[in-house]
Amino acid sequence: MPITQEEVFSKVQTVLVDALGVDEEEVVPTAKLVADLGAESIDFLDIVFRLEKAFGIKIDQNELFPEALLNDPQYVVEGKVTDSGMTELRRRLPHLEFGDFEKSRAVSAFSNLFTVDAIVKFVNDKLAKQ
Amino acid sequence: MRWIWIDRIVELDRGRRCVALKNVSLAEDVLHDHFSARDGRGPWPVFPQTLIIEGMAQTAGILVGHARDFKEKVILAKIGLARFTALARPGFTLRYTAVLERIDESGAATGGEVELIDPGTGAVKPLAKIDLLYSHIDQNRAGLQFPEHNFVFTGQLMEMLRQSGLPAPG
Repeated sequence: MPITQEEVFSKVQTVLVDALGVDEEEVVPTAKLVADLGAESIDFLDIVFRLEKAFGIKIDQNELFPEALLNDPQYVVEGKVTDSGMTELRRRLPHLEFGDFEKSRAVSAFSNLFTVDAIVKFVNDKLAKQ
Repeated sequence: MRWIWIDRIVELDRGRRCVALKNVSLAEDVLHDHFSARDGRGPWPVFPQTLIIEGMAQTAGILVGHARDFKEKVILAKIGLARFTALARPGFTLRYTAVLERIDESGAATGGEVELIDPGTGAVKPLAKIDLLYSHIDQNRAGLQFPEHNFVFTGQLMEMLRQSGLPAPG
């Protein structure tokens, strides 16, 4: 039987509670991992490992969080994502809603795109491809 | 100063698990202060839980490093879980068992159990569960640069590996 949306959200919630030491009530779909839930860079690795375990999926490095891309001078110039960088981000990260980021393109604001909902969407995409 | 909180590796199964032993001795300075006599109470020597975590970090760190031939700089990044159910008193032995749960270019996750062995009776009981997350710091997300030489797997730690009869690099 396929996993329901409620089950996906509940598992993601547990992963984030365990990885970030936050309360379950804080893990709402719009919560930003860094700004609202206090995630630090190492937590992203922890979250990837825990998602793999919780859902039985394999997540490659850079698949969920594109660290290499944001350190690439071809895609980022003076702290801002270039046109080709935006194209690449959209292609690699279909689970993100870019919204206002398109205007500022500031790398410093990039982490705000990672919401609980984006993680749920990412997991759904991975499960659909299995 | 020695900063080795395991005495011997007794099993190292590449990419799977590592088992280490640590004897808790009253001769260790740390037990004189943890806890010393105070306010009319006599001394109460207990091996500190923070150092038990460090012992697991070294056991699991060797497991993670060995899986990549000690080429990565393996740094403890996060303590996912540290739950204790017993105290480590002098005259007892700690047995650390670390299991590699996940490893990739960025780092590794390990699960671990610590058991308390009574050498007098041979009795064994669980002491702690400790899950850890390691970073391969040359692959860090921020793109930070670190010295080229591997400053993690050197000196005392590698000597301890050799003393355990296991091959060490260099």
